Amino acid sequence: MQQHSIPDTRTESPTAAADSIPVVPLRHPVRLAVAVALILLALSAAWDVAVNQRYHWDVVASYLFAPQIMAGAGLTVILTVVSMTAGIALGTVLAVMRLSENPILRTISRGYIWFFRGTPLLVQLIFWYNIAALYPVIAFGLPFGGPSLVLGSANVLISPLAAALLGLALNEAAYMAEIIRGGIGSVDKGQYDAARALGMDGGKLMRRVILPQAMRVVLPPTGNQVISMLKGTALVSVLAISDLLYSAQIIYATNYQTIPLLIVASLWYLLMTTILSFFQTKLERRYGRGFDASPRRSRRPKTQPTTRTA
Amino acid sequence: MSTAMVEARGVRKSFGSTEILKGIDLRIERGSVTCLIGPSGSGKTTFLRCINHLEKVDAGRLYVDEHLVGYTERNGRLYEMKERQTARSRLNAGMVFQRFNLFPHMTVLENIVEAPVHVLGRPRNEVTAEAQTLLERVGLGNRGNSYPQELSGGQQQRIAIARALAMKPKLMLFDEPTSALDPELVGEVLDVMKSLAEAGMTMVVVTHELGFARQVSDQVVFMDQGVVVESGSSAQVLGTPRHERTQAFLSKVL
Repeated sequence: MQQHSIPDTRTESPTAAADSIPVVPLRHPVRLAVAVALILLALSAAWDVAVNQRYHWDVVASYLFAPQIMAGAGLTVILTVVSMTAGIALGTVLAVMRLSENPILRTISRGYIWFFRGTPLLVQLIFWYNIAALYPVIAFGLPFGGPSLVLGSANVLISPLAAALLGLALNEAAYMAEIIRGGIGSVDKGQYDAARALGMDGGKLMRRVILPQAMRVVLPPTGNQVISMLKGTALVSVLAISDLLYSAQIIYATNYQTIPLLIVASLWYLLMTTILSFFQTKLERRYGRGFDASPRRSRRPKTQPTTRTA
Repeated sequence: MSTAMVEARGVRKSFGSTEILKGIDLRIERGSVTCLIGPSGSGKTTFLRCINHLEKVDAGRLYVDEHLVGYTERNGRLYEMKERQTARSRLNAGMVFQRFNLFPHMTVLENIVEAPVHVLGRPRNEVTAEAQTLLERVGLGNRGNSYPQELSGGQQQRIAIARALAMKPKLMLFDEPTSALDPELVGEVLDVMKSLAEAGMTMVVVTHELGFARQVSDQVVFMDQGVVVESGSSAQVLGTPRHERTQAFLSKVL
């Protein structure tokens, strides 16, 4: 391994003759030995997984693109996208409420976050699934017994899928609210002054100045949330919704190939989280512009000098 | 006498139980340069922020370009302005801050073009051409595509001046524009401000640069503990101060 930092510091020394002294890079024998040992270990593990007949790779291969699995994966994606989008939207509203000057809005937001973060997601999902036990009929109406517009039976309206989406989105909103609040709080107060002095009203100030800067802080934890949401959707299998995991479970319930089918599901989860991580990196780069000094100044013409006086 | 650009009558402002401004009376003529000097905590920055309604005036009247700041007067009552009205009334004044406050996520050019396009709704290409002229005026014509963080403090402050000018304000407010700069970078910012003054811009400058105040200002205002202690021409206030608090301050600063 080349040690670039050593020659660099030498050339900065005032004696020009230092250039001619040969530099012997520091050796790291222990580091090298550990690396070799770990590579050998990883290779042997991979070899074992590949040749161990009990993994039934043939079964894995035959179910990898099975229609049920593909449909399950599709549903998992839909569940993730819909509940994450709704969660982010509601979370933004809750975050702005939480930062509002209005004490009632602040308290409501705080109460919401307290409740939905404080109870298990699994319980919330089952609760929504059984909502008809509490409210057999869903209706819009005036409070305290006024006239109302009956929409229909809760059992019909809140299908298992609707219960899953409700549960996931409402739970997610509580977490996103806190993440977005942190992001907004991280923006320098001088930015508010500058935007107001330029004549921006509250909405423009948020959309054009504060939220784009908050994104930089919001994105990494949001990436985490999306990935845990993707895997968290596996919880909805308790509501008998045929997501990726549930589809795999249905198949191994009949053919008893538990491990190979779990591998199939895991491979799909892995593929999806990999794609998500890729987009996360791209987005982070997009919103990191102007903040870090890393070499991605594609917008700057190459002819300009890179000297900095600060 | 023509009407003043800024006229303050008994302006008061408190933060909690501490009164920061205890009745400010001041006239700022059109096309003049006024420097507000005084020890820290004297209320000069707060007064400047009141002119732009970044702080709400508690009592007294503050007029900018003959319009009452932050309130509408109807039937002998003052009604607090709606946010949108306030935002529009701020368009009269451009403001430059101690810590520049450029938008870090936008390039220099985007910083300048942002408000004319998104607040005034002017066409982008027209504004961009003007922005380029402004950049050249502050000596940074080749920096349009840089991000603020890639520039020195002095360069950032010159960009901030260009950004404020892009809104074509009638009045420019400077809040200690050189206090956060390395000493060798102060000059370049003051030079831009001088040329702006020569071009006839009405300027209110909170500053500790007494040399600049002496050279450029038509009026120097010394504030202490929330009141205007004395005001007058720069030669008078800085050269032959009448009040002992002014004398004490100047002897410490010079």
